[in-house]
Amino acid sequence: MIRDITLGQYYAGESLIHRLDPRVKIIATLLFIVELFIVNNFIGFAVCAAALAVYVKVSKVPLSFILRGLKPILLIIIFTFCLNIFMIDGRIIWQLGFLKITVEGLLTAVFMGIRLVLLIIGSSLLTLTTKPISLTDGIERLLGPLARIGVPTHEIAMMMSIALRFIPTLLEETDKIMKAQQARGADFESGNLLARAKSLIPILVPLFVSAFRIAQDLAMAMEARCYRGGKGRTRMHEMRFRGNDYAALMILVLFLGVTIFMRMQLPSVL
Amino acid sequence: MKNIIRIENLIFEYSHLEEEPAIRAVDNVSLNIETGSFTAIIGKNGSGKSTLAKNLNGLLLPSGGTVYVKQWDTRDDAHIWDVRQTAGMVFQNPDNQLVSSIVEDDVAFGPENLGIEPKEIRERVDKALADVNMGKYKKKAPHLLSGGQKQRIAIAGVVAMKPECIIFDEPTAMLDPKGREEIMSIIDELHREGITVVLITHFMEEAVRADRIIIMDDAKVLLDGTPEEVFAQEETLREANLEIPMAASLAHKLRKRGIKVPEDVITVERLVEFVCQYK
Repeated sequence: MIRDITLGQYYAGESLIHRLDPRVKIIATLLFIVELFIVNNFIGFAVCAAALAVYVKVSKVPLSFILRGLKPILLIIIFTFCLNIFMIDGRIIWQLGFLKITVEGLLTAVFMGIRLVLLIIGSSLLTLTTKPISLTDGIERLLGPLARIGVPTHEIAMMMSIALRFIPTLLEETDKIMKAQQARGADFESGNLLARAKSLIPILVPLFVSAFRIAQDLAMAMEARCYRGGKGRTRMHEMRFRGNDYAALMILVLFLGVTIFMRMQLPSVL
Repeated sequence: MKNIIRIENLIFEYSHLEEEPAIRAVDNVSLNIETGSFTAIIGKNGSGKSTLAKNLNGLLLPSGGTVYVKQWDTRDDAHIWDVRQTAGMVFQNPDNQLVSSIVEDDVAFGPENLGIEPKEIRERVDKALADVNMGKYKKKAPHLLSGGQKQRIAIAGVVAMKPECIIFDEPTAMLDPKGREEIMSIIDELHREGITVVLITHFMEEAVRADRIIIMDDAKVLLDGTPEEVFAQEETLREANLEIPMAASLAHKLRKRGIKVPEDVITVERLVEFVCQYK
């Protein structure tokens, strides 16, 4: 259960994408999401998917690794798909009792399904190709201007990177607690939803306690290593835009133009 | 030789609740730690050894008395970061002291806090990781490493700050025997390179390597001396419910039977050597 989640899991590599400035990758991801909402027809999606495929290829992250990250979200995709397919009125092509499928419903369902899948793959690529620490570094620098109006950008970034760092630790902790409870006869698998939810309480309480203990230990360790906030702190990895980063930014702007153009020129599906 | 840490009449008290009387974890302890020495502080759980350790670099501040690291009082806010840079600390739980999800970034955390130039941080990180034999793991995620390896990363993180003294607070308590051995040999190596080592532990076998042993019991210093001197006090140690190393205990028993075992026979190696040459 612990190794399943690729979201927030870094795939170590040295590809062109891995070496891009995290700020560029964050902007790229945000733009890609926006573009997925600008696009309003299947040709547009085909173009986006092709761009994404090139991105995956260049990043050298194995496809199976990316698809594994889709698994936990599969349920949500199927749920939205069903909701769309049955709930939208229009020309009926199939009907069984109160269930009906319409042309519009089918189109919307497929359309939204593609959009969701592309969205998830696109955003998981950000965390797959960027070390969590450089990701938070990138966010910190992108938010940099806000620090001047009193937004604690360094603290936010530090919190995020610590959260990422401790996901596996807390999962291990959960596993340990569950095993300890099971050894004493706790039952997490049977019963209805309510019973199962209730059986989780004895896990959550000790988990909270140990999370606080970990936080205390960590705070002390950080202090012992002279951590005193963002002031006067330097970074081992300096962030500087290089040739590749400028090239990537150009491609991004170009691609944004392409999607806007497609929206204006091609007929909408919906 | 100069003393890197001076503890003068240190008292440390804490209270969980306002109305309860304060508990004294360290009671009027005075000690000096010599520059370049290897000191082991041993005691049972609750003997105050860990509290004492955290007082050595200003993580806890004395309720009474004073702790000096070099010339700085640990209570002096202006120099607290000098104190912590001079006296680094490695903690018990390897998981809870690593900050970053990438090994090399974690090692860089301390130097980054000190505001060191990026190029120099790079050099220090590579050197520190090589020192603990973890060079080839520098791009890995810490949670995929073993406990001993994580603890080595934690040590590298402190070494990269170039401290003059490292305080190890039960660094091997959560490790398996192999990890324990790895950590102890790294500590030996660091000591040879000139770093002052303070090792808090409850393993007597680990303390044997030190050149000075301090036994803490009930918030006070019970014994203080070279390993030979300390282990000679077997009765005192037994009263404090502390076990002395098997080799030292055997040497002690042999001595009682009238065999002249030299006082410095406290390790298994030395005992084997003695027994083999005994006529």
